[in-house]
Amino acid sequence: MAENLLDIRNLKKTYGALVVTDDVSLGVRPGELHAIIGPNGAGKTTLIHQISGMLGSNSGQILFDGQDITRLPMHQRVRLGLARSFQITSVLPGFSALENVAMAVQARSGSSFRFFGNATREDGLNEQALECLSLVGLATRARVPAGLLSHGEKRQLELAIGLATKPKLLLLDEPLAGTGHDDSQRVVETLKRLKGQMTIVLIEHDMDAVFSLADRVSVLVYGRLIATDTPERIRANPEVRAAYLGEEEMV
Amino acid sequence: MTTTLLLVQALNGIQFGLILFLIAAGLTLVFGVMDFINLAHGVQYMVGAYLVAAFSAWTGNFALALLLALPTALAFGLLLEVLIFRHLYDRDHLDQVLATFGVIVFLNQAVKFVWGAAPLNVPVPEILSGSVEIANGLLYPVYRLAIIAAGLTVAGLLYVLVSHTRVGMLVRAGATNAQMVSALGVNIQRLFMVVFGFGAMLAGFAGAMVAPILSVEPGMGDNILILAFVVIVIGGVGSIRGAFLAALLIGLVDTVGRTFAPNLLRIFLDPATASQTGRAIAPMLIYIFMAAVLFFRPSGLFPAKR
Amino acid sequence: MTELAQTQPVSVRSPGWRPELVPIVLFAAFAAAPLLAPASGAEGYVLSLLTRVMIFGIAAMSLDLILGYGALVSFGHAAFLGIGAYAVGILASHGIEDALIQVPVALIGSALFALVTGAISLRTKGVYFIMITLAFGQMLFFLATSLAAYGGDDGMTLPSRSLVGGFPLLKSDAAFYWVSLLCLFGSYAFSRSVVASRFGRVLRGAKENPARMEAIGFHPFRYQLAAYVISGMIAGLAGCLMANQAEFVSPAFMTWQRSGELIFMVVLGGLGSLHGAIIGAALFLLLEEFLPEILHGASFMMDDAFRSHLAENWKMVFGPILILIVLFARGGIMGLLRRGRHG
Repeated sequence: MAENLLDIRNLKKTYGALVVTDDVSLGVRPGELHAIIGPNGAGKTTLIHQISGMLGSNSGQILFDGQDITRLPMHQRVRLGLARSFQITSVLPGFSALENVAMAVQARSGSSFRFFGNATREDGLNEQALECLSLVGLATRARVPAGLLSHGEKRQLELAIGLATKPKLLLLDEPLAGTGHDDSQRVVETLKRLKGQMTIVLIEHDMDAVFSLADRVSVLVYGRLIATDTPERIRANPEVRAAYLGEEEMV
Repeated sequence: MTTTLLLVQALNGIQFGLILFLIAAGLTLVFGVMDFINLAHGVQYMVGAYLVAAFSAWTGNFALALLLALPTALAFGLLLEVLIFRHLYDRDHLDQVLATFGVIVFLNQAVKFVWGAAPLNVPVPEILSGSVEIANGLLYPVYRLAIIAAGLTVAGLLYVLVSHTRVGMLVRAGATNAQMVSALGVNIQRLFMVVFGFGAMLAGFAGAMVAPILSVEPGMGDNILILAFVVIVIGGVGSIRGAFLAALLIGLVDTVGRTFAPNLLRIFLDPATASQTGRAIAPMLIYIFMAAVLFFRPSGLFPAKR
Repeated sequence: MTELAQTQPVSVRSPGWRPELVPIVLFAAFAAAPLLAPASGAEGYVLSLLTRVMIFGIAAMSLDLILGYGALVSFGHAAFLGIGAYAVGILASHGIEDALIQVPVALIGSALFALVTGAISLRTKGVYFIMITLAFGQMLFFLATSLAAYGGDDGMTLPSRSLVGGFPLLKSDAAFYWVSLLCLFGSYAFSRSVVASRFGRVLRGAKENPARMEAIGFHPFRYQLAAYVISGMIAGLAGCLMANQAEFVSPAFMTWQRSGELIFMVVLGGLGSLHGAIIGAALFLLLEEFLPEILHGASFMMDDAFRSHLAENWKMVFGPILILIVLFARGGIMGLLRRGRHG
């Protein structure tokens, strides 16, 4: 499976007797948009935390770009090209939208142990940051403090910050959570534009969005991976329908 | 010769450790349950000592003075809670540190204002005066043994209280998860008051007990406060058991270290250098010890929070 | 009091004064003071008080660098004053009296102490950090009291103020005033630059949201540790000046109460503005200096014995003032100024 960008092998996470991630193995191919779905409490966010390095794993292995990253701290994984967004919006509220993104650009452009020179006036950083903001449609809001942005705008800002790290793989934890119809439309459009430019792992509850965006879908139920396949086949998979989709409308 | 010295120092260390425990117990509960960092806890120890000094001068009887001092210390703690501390629970630690620092500045001066700057002496009660032979030829002051006995008794009572009563259960639950306790419909404000007053009384009791063997003076609570902090940091914030073990450890390390650091160093250094370096290192021992503990266990030996 | 860093609208112009002018006014006042001091009739007293204000201003500002911009509540900052002061004292007692050697030694000593204690302290969070920095400060305090060769508890008197390149440049109080002002301005300019730099931006980001900073590839620990070292070095410089002003060094320079006072100065002035810390230091020291007289004056209806007793025990009023400031003056002086401007 050397062609996979991300390879998860027999990953496990337990809290005492509670098994949250149960022997999950998953391969993400370069360039694909891979969605992970599952009912509430299936352990999707835990899995993202494990991949991004926010949580440790009890056993198993995570390979990224051929390198074992199971024991690396989060910030080092980011440097390898593994970026993430948060389910609960997690921007720097006191900084402008532009600075939020410029900070991420700064993280990968040269040393940050520079004590002289005003960072907010570094054109090199600001230009790239503005580009990322334009990609998600936030360029006009660049100067607004992130804390004052609307919820939907914060979700887009999260995305822009993730992009600014120039990731090989972007982990998105429910980018549509809590957004209204218009906002979610805008995020979906943005994701469609990004698709193909980078590998994306997407956790999402909005099935319309998942099935219109994903190349492949994995289904997680109670910490176990029960299927990974194309959207059409997942839709048809009787096990998935039984375990998760049930009687829900699965157009 | 050295063994008897070691024994005496060990007893002194245990006695000191138990006093530290009485102070740290209140501090760790107040912090564990209320997430409140109270620098003014040390002055409550001082207030206890002053109260017993004042009452014993007035009544001429230590036991009676102690009996009067305890409820007064309790009332005083409650007064501080109502006047000041209550308004700080929802503030951040920085504000709490500063406001309680203001309380220290005030009280250290207030005792000077009332009783003067000169140290007060409290006579050792008649029946507990003198020394007793605890091993062949080894005399030890009875009063210090009484402190050890009182400290152990209070520790035992506290253990029963915390682990076998309803209030104790709430306190333990509060130290682990305060939100859950208030979600259970417990009057958290009253629980806070009880814990606070109780902690103040314990510190006051410690101050009262040491009044006959130390000089009662303004600022006497300041340095012991820092030691109590070291104790609860090593023991794990919110944990009574941790505070007990850490207090004994600190008491022993400090007392025994001061005596034996110079002797131990004599193995490596010439006597003059050894005694000089030893005296320099001894007071730092507990802080080095704390740094070592925190290096390996950043939340102490027995963290209550998960 | 760690409110969100207020983002100031850049383009809003309101009539009258603006907070951006505060540092300019502040430094202009310090520069003008020696010219105006003779008019007070107590030139020596005024200059020495203001020198003290500036030295504490440096120390408080160094603390603001980590407290206001990094949310690191260091309760052992007086230790660095002690390191700076003892570097001067110990070297002087061995005949090395030149500041060109003393100051670098003080800075290196402060940096090393900050590096070691910071690396341990920063592994902990919140209240543990407060307590462990407090304990490290105490450790150094007790070390100083046990240094029998250097005066122990009592401290030691310096033979004279430090030389600069062999010349007794600091001998006159006026010259010492200007050197202190230069140090204050230098550390202010440096700190200002640090705060706005790439490094400072990471530090500020880590204060607001450490998880986010890690998620974009920063390891906050390294930046916080570096800030702690820088802050310690600046405080060490203040310690050198402090020893020189008093021509005396003692463990009293680094009591934990002193660390508490430094935090208070920063909060009084307003967190996270640098010049706020200098203003806080000035207010704190002036209050300390004049409260006894104010009390004496205010209690004119009492008899003389009570009045002097009250003035002697001015801390009984000082303590409650501290408490009231914490309870009611949130955001400190700079906070008041900002609110005044918007309201």
